[in-house]
Amino acid sequence: MEHIRTPKVENVRLVDRASSKKAVLGTLYLTATHVIFVENTPDTRKETWILHSQISTIEKQATTATGCPLLIRCKDFQIVQLVIPQERDCHDVYVSLIRLTRPVKYEELYCFSFNPKLDKEEREQGWMLVDLGEEYKRMGLPNNYWQLSDVNRDYRVCDSYPSELYVPKSATAHLIVGSSKFRSRRRFPALCYYYKDNHASICRSSQPLSGFSARCLEDEQMLQAIRKANPGSDFIYVVDTRPKLNAMANRAAGKGYENEDNYSNIKFQFIGIENIHVMRNSLQKMLEVCELKSPSMSDFLWGLENSGWLRHIKAIMDAGIFIAKAVSEEGISVLVHCSDGWDRTAQVCSVASLLLDPHYRTLKGFMILIEKDWISFGHKFNHRYGNLDGDPKEISPVADQFIECVWQLMEQFPCAFEFNERFLIHVQHHIYSCQFGNFLCNSQKEREELRIQERTYSLWAHLWKNRADYLNPLFRADHSQTQGTLHLPATPCNFMYKFWSGMYNRFEKGMQPRQSVTDYLMAVKEETQQLEEELETLEERLEKIQKVQLNRTEVKSKQSEPGRHSGFSTSDNSMANTPQDYSGNMRSFPSRSPSQGDEDSALILTQDNLKSSDPELSANSDQESGVEDLSCRSPSGGERATSEDSSKDRDSDEAVFLTA
Amino acid sequence: MEFAELIKTPRVDNVVLHRPFYPAVEGTLCLTGHHLILSSRQDNTEELWLMHSNIDAIDKRFVGSLGTIIIKCKDFRIIQLDIPGMEECLNIASSIEALSTLDSITLMYPFFYRPMFDVIEDGWHSFLPEQEFELYSSATSEWRLSYINKEFAVCPSYPPIVIVPNSIDDEALRKVATFRHGGRFPVLSYYHKKNGMVIMRSGQPLTGTNGRRCKEDEKLINATLRAGKRGYIIDTRSLNVAQQARAKGGGFEQEAHYPQWRRIHKSIERYHILQESLIKLVEACNDQTHSMDRWLSKLETSNWLTHIKESLTAACLAAQCIDREGASILIHGTEGTDSTLQVTSLAQIILEPRSRTIRGFEALIEREWLQAGHPFQQRCAQSAYCNSKQKWESPVFLLFLDCVWQILRQFPCSFEFNEHFLIVLFEHVYASQFGTFLGNNESERSKLKLQQKTMSLWSWVNRPSELSQFTNPLFEANNLVIWPSVAPQSLQLWEGVFLRWNRSSKYLDEAYEEMVNIIEYNKELQAKVNTLRRQLAELETEDGM
Repeated sequence: MEHIRTPKVENVRLVDRASSKKAVLGTLYLTATHVIFVENTPDTRKETWILHSQISTIEKQATTATGCPLLIRCKDFQIVQLVIPQERDCHDVYVSLIRLTRPVKYEELYCFSFNPKLDKEEREQGWMLVDLGEEYKRMGLPNNYWQLSDVNRDYRVCDSYPSELYVPKSATAHLIVGSSKFRSRRRFPALCYYYKDNHASICRSSQPLSGFSARCLEDEQMLQAIRKANPGSDFIYVVDTRPKLNAMANRAAGKGYENEDNYSNIKFQFIGIENIHVMRNSLQKMLEVCELKSPSMSDFLWGLENSGWLRHIKAIMDAGIFIAKAVSEEGISVLVHCSDGWDRTAQVCSVASLLLDPHYRTLKGFMILIEKDWISFGHKFNHRYGNLDGDPKEISPVADQFIECVWQLMEQFPCAFEFNERFLIHVQHHIYSCQFGNFLCNSQKEREELRIQERTYSLWAHLWKNRADYLNPLFRADHSQTQGTLHLPATPCNFMYKFWSGMYNRFEKGMQPRQSVTDYLMAVKEETQQLEEELETLEERLEKIQKVQLNRTEVKSKQSEPGRHSGFSTSDNSMANTPQDYSGNMRSFPSRSPSQGDEDSALILTQDNLKSSDPELSANSDQESGVEDLSCRSPSGGERATSEDSSKDRDSDEAVFLTA
Repeated sequence: MEFAELIKTPRVDNVVLHRPFYPAVEGTLCLTGHHLILSSRQDNTEELWLMHSNIDAIDKRFVGSLGTIIIKCKDFRIIQLDIPGMEECLNIASSIEALSTLDSITLMYPFFYRPMFDVIEDGWHSFLPEQEFELYSSATSEWRLSYINKEFAVCPSYPPIVIVPNSIDDEALRKVATFRHGGRFPVLSYYHKKNGMVIMRSGQPLTGTNGRRCKEDEKLINATLRAGKRGYIIDTRSLNVAQQARAKGGGFEQEAHYPQWRRIHKSIERYHILQESLIKLVEACNDQTHSMDRWLSKLETSNWLTHIKESLTAACLAAQCIDREGASILIHGTEGTDSTLQVTSLAQIILEPRSRTIRGFEALIEREWLQAGHPFQQRCAQSAYCNSKQKWESPVFLLFLDCVWQILRQFPCSFEFNEHFLIVLFEHVYASQFGTFLGNNESERSKLKLQQKTMSLWSWVNRPSELSQFTNPLFEANNLVIWPSVAPQSLQLWEGVFLRWNRSSKYLDEAYEEMVNIIEYNKELQAKVNTLRRQLAELETEDGM
């Protein structure tokens, strides 16, 4: 609180980015965790909440006649432009925010004050939702070839690895420790994924400290052990996900890559994914393109190309496809590494696992995948996503890229994933939000030291609770796309990778499709379920009545025996088509009945009115509990805004065309 | 039959066919007057049944005595035939070449096609101007039907019947026709029932360099304005181009003579610029060797998406004038047969819920493209693989369909038809067994006696069995004006057309099927529940008696 110079500024204008002419007047509040803008408009009092941890940059622009503009760019790609009347207030807000958005201690982060009103038991259960021990069992481990190793107990060998790992049965503690000494940051080869069907596996590590000529017997034996854990195969692939040039340059620093001559039976392969600095700049360039005001098609496509972003996405996908093919089609195990083995390696192993195993394409499975490949194997969330104030050169959109790869796959295999686009967007949001403890710190060890599980809540439990919002209606557990490996064409074509406006322009609602097929189908499915239930009760009732009548008619005469169900339905079909007959009953139908083609139901499904289980994720509000001390909170505008929003929706794009 | 002399070799055995997504297959190749057929003589199925008129270009090459013919289709598909024997190959190639470029329309397939289905409704009479006008006449008496053009004498590219302001007599129309390019005097294109505003379209005014004016023209378009109201003239050329047109006798409306009108220039590309754009785009889509960056850059240099954005923007602007500003508009470019029609028809898609239904969309194509005189025969004679570079070839209609697809993508529940319907229309515009898109205007169509001699596409499309494949399962009538986004981020390459032969659509098709199943099942249950409710109600009343 000591960092907030001014908690409240009045008569601030929030500028509409789509048309700078439009702006709304309101009051700006600074709290310990959020920036909040509340519109003055009395009937809506719409609120915009921004978490400090989401703020990426704050820019004070030149003062104009109307005031002092402040541009806030967020890590979830929202851009907010405020105009503050007084230069001094603006400066105070600016200085406060600069400090608030750069916390120096973990304890300053939102997750330590966030309270979703769950008791201790619920919190603990939340953390138990994703259980990696179970996951390895699901893979079929331990077995004759792989065993759980306690060599890294108390993080004795490698402080960025999990304490429990699977290694080849033949790899002794001596071998592992020996190998770890020959690997960058001691990240020795360990199992990432085991493919039950043919014993092939994906292992991961960091680069070897080979320099120009160094070798390590234990490390060579370690790779041998991995090969032997796949009894059918003569060799393993070693995939270095870096461009060859980068790997070679590393040799000068005593690092490098495996020499095929020293390791028996390996096939070495470079993939050429660029490093975190290139990726950071690439995203930066792409966001600049997204931010352009009314760009031409050429500006946009040229800028997109120039950013190289989709080229990088494709490189990651290519690597994942190569590994998945090696494992599933050739039955060859793969060891993957990059430099430290916590960025590109995590991306590539995850993409390969998604392609290989349908389990990871389910909601729960995806959580497990992130928990396993990213959280447990020491992806440096704190450094990459700038949770604490740190070296800006460490920041890079590594997980963002992985999430985009999943989206690109979803576009190509629309029935293969149990979750929908919204789920991916919310996961991305929370990687930066620091609202939950899952992504804190740089390693498992650090998280344990901070006692994260005792002091914060798990995102997975939160998402799981609201899973109805994250389901893909096209997913069916018995659909062919949900079985086995996803097969991409042998030469993946460039045009398969598209710009993801649902992510990078997601706060510009006008740019998104105005009607969501996903939500429409979910509503249909919801209604279908209710109909199924109703059908059952109706059938029961009918049966009862028929029994009673049957008894009665039997007494009188046996002539008018009612037919069976099928007989009834065919004879009454014509009546079923006269809707007025049932209008009285229609009311019990869900309001979103997709078969009722009136204006209201069409409106319900427009983008602006979609329910969103995470209110903080919609552009206008962040009313998550936890910040209870705010008296300005008014009943949320979200629910009653149906009519206003729809009328707004109609003219939201006006300014765009009138450039003449 | 006269085709016999064009067919040098009617039949070749042991031909190998290569085509996208299928393994190569060997069989017998047959040439008929209108088709190229390849059959492996297994299961009595033909592996290939290709209309000659669908062939855009062919390449041939030889390795020893093995010849290869590469056939490039107007729907962008590329297939390859390996033909043993040089002579056979050359014969086949020259036959195909001759048969796919027949110069007489009456030799084309629609004149020979005998439908295998019962005609339930004759499509030639599905969308009569009188009927269409009835939809308006209930709402307004300010407009009337004029039969002035029934002999096609006043305007050769107009239909016999047009809608004009009630207060303007035919004599005045005759004068206006002499003042407008191609005799295309301003006519009603769309009446916005909500506020009575209208879209009119015409050819450019023939002002020439000395600023010629025409009182009747001014009177005609002013007659559409309410007292004290202003209208907009949307010129689909840039100001510069419009000014240059004066030297050739054309021009634009001078403010001095049309004080109640504000002119807006919204440049939309046309003719060979679109054609070249299409050629580049299809080339980029077919080249799978280049890197990601090259793909994006080729997509960019094709400019196709830029043209999409231009057309959509102009249409949105027109719709905005009507619905938001409450102003009537007149749209024209030079001839008023291309970009003008893109704008008027897209604006109706935005404004008018009916045009988003299947029949309404057909009526729109009938009104705004066929009867309005878009020269389909000239524009769609060739497609993306042709080298002839004739000035009049231009994928104007494909661009329109693409724009509709873009809006459909943004409002997936507001259209009664699906993407497949748009693709089928694209195919039939370039090669068809139906007569609908033959000829360049109603005058030519009537001379060709298409109604008597050929079948209408609508006769086939509107059969219930066909309609079901064109129906969007997500459709839910939306009576609102729909405003699409024209931001580059919101516009996408139409993969269903341009990547159709370059990537498998298996998984997307499965998804579509799944979607249909979800909705069908819901409807089924609903019917069941309703039936049961009805039964229960009956039984219960019976019980009570």
